[in-house]
Amino acid sequence: MRFSALKVLTEGLTGNKGWTPHWREREPKNEYDIIVVGAGGHGLATAYYLSKKYGQKNIAVLEKGWLGGGNIGRNTTIVRSNYMLPENNPFYEHAMKLWENLEQELNYNAMMSQRGILNLGHSDAQRDTYARRGNAMLMSGADAVLLDRNGVRNLVPFLNFDHERFPITCGLWQPRAGTARHDAVAWGYARGADQNGVDIIQNCEVTGFQIENGVCTGVETTKGKITAKKVGVCVAGSSSRVMEKAGMRLPIESHVLQAFVSEGLKLTIPGVVTFGAGHLYISQSDKGGLVFGGDIDKYNSYAQRGNLPVIEHCAEDMMAFLPMLGRARLLRMWGGVMDMSMDGSPFIDKTHIEGLYFNGGWCYGGFKATPASGDCYAHLLAKDEPHPLAANFRLDRFMRGQIIDEKGVGAQPNQH
Amino acid sequence: MIINHPLLGPRDSSEFYHLGDATLIDRPNREDVNAAEAFYEYLYVRDNPAGKYCELWYHEQGDRSWLVVTRDTTTHEISEVKLASDEARARGRSV
Repeated sequence: MRFSALKVLTEGLTGNKGWTPHWREREPKNEYDIIVVGAGGHGLATAYYLSKKYGQKNIAVLEKGWLGGGNIGRNTTIVRSNYMLPENNPFYEHAMKLWENLEQELNYNAMMSQRGILNLGHSDAQRDTYARRGNAMLMSGADAVLLDRNGVRNLVPFLNFDHERFPITCGLWQPRAGTARHDAVAWGYARGADQNGVDIIQNCEVTGFQIENGVCTGVETTKGKITAKKVGVCVAGSSSRVMEKAGMRLPIESHVLQAFVSEGLKLTIPGVVTFGAGHLYISQSDKGGLVFGGDIDKYNSYAQRGNLPVIEHCAEDMMAFLPMLGRARLLRMWGGVMDMSMDGSPFIDKTHIEGLYFNGGWCYGGFKATPASGDCYAHLLAKDEPHPLAANFRLDRFMRGQIIDEKGVGAQPNQH
Repeated sequence: MIINHPLLGPRDSSEFYHLGDATLIDRPNREDVNAAEAFYEYLYVRDNPAGKYCELWYHEQGDRSWLVVTRDTTTHEISEVKLASDEARARGRSV
């Protein structure tokens, strides 16, 4: 079934009885060419590109719970490519280009909305770093505009420009950035993969790997053993727990990140705005709720819920630059478990076990990477060699001294 | 979260800075033959358990002591708090 305006119209006139499920319920076969572990955004995108772009036929995606129930369903939906390091930004810009064509590619409404992201600056030093970052972005093919105070005021006149400690003096704007409907991204990729013949198997937990003489030949699951030529793990948030079953320890800690949504308001904030003197990012959903988040809670956690000090900190940040929101009420808050890597950058790599591959360590920036992560992981799984844009996301980079530390804080996962 | 400080009693966790795994007490010897490998493991590789976890907290907004806190990462429940100096002495890392 293809979605179209005509289809919506005819269904609306005939009682909406012709819609069919977006993907099929499947039971696992005994054998696959490639198994992707984890039906989150990245796993489903991987399966989609494997089947669509890299010509693979016999693929399964195994999911412990339900499709899209992890961090793809918990993030603040921001899509951007405003990184600085040459190992990172070409990759994220690749993602950005895939985002721009995602809905046409998937024939699915992902509510991609390129309303721009504005990073606020509050000092001369910050303007210098924004100029540097903006130039790096331009050099990797992304778009960036350095704004002075009046430029920021033209875009978002309602901010508190004259805060005593953190006056707004400049901004870095990426007009092509924006937001996308997070759940629809998972659903769209699932539907696309399913249409290409991928088996998406929910409620099927991987309990172990079949490894003989350093070669992975399949997985053990709650629905029995499944043989596979290649197994691609893609379970950010639970990476350490899953890879432990293969005897691996990772350069990753799990931390909790909270996100918040306010009651629905009339149109208030045009795009994504981030506070530069603290850590707060805010946008407005199509329903009107203000979606915002800040730092991780800074201690290891698998609890999928955070504590009050971070909520207070976010509220303080917001009041510093958006005091008009002081009376908006918080509607919901939630937490997700992040793979915080030791340098703040991800992994898309083979492991030392032949036939076992790993994708993870996305810290709290995985959502924007979803299409490129899927594309590059599919490339690695299909061709056994890294995609050129993800060639630096290797597990052994710490041993080799080739860390990708965007923030420059060292091996301190809770600071990235 | 409330951390029951061995000297000061119950204190809010927001007074503390969280460093990470308490294995950071066991710094490798730089003169060992396998020092490079050992420092790689020490700095970058973690068990990252879902469950009981021994970690280092620094009482930055308090008496500036380092603590070894045993906490469950799935419930945030704290079962034991020790002074890191005591723990380091017990491991033979300090006099």
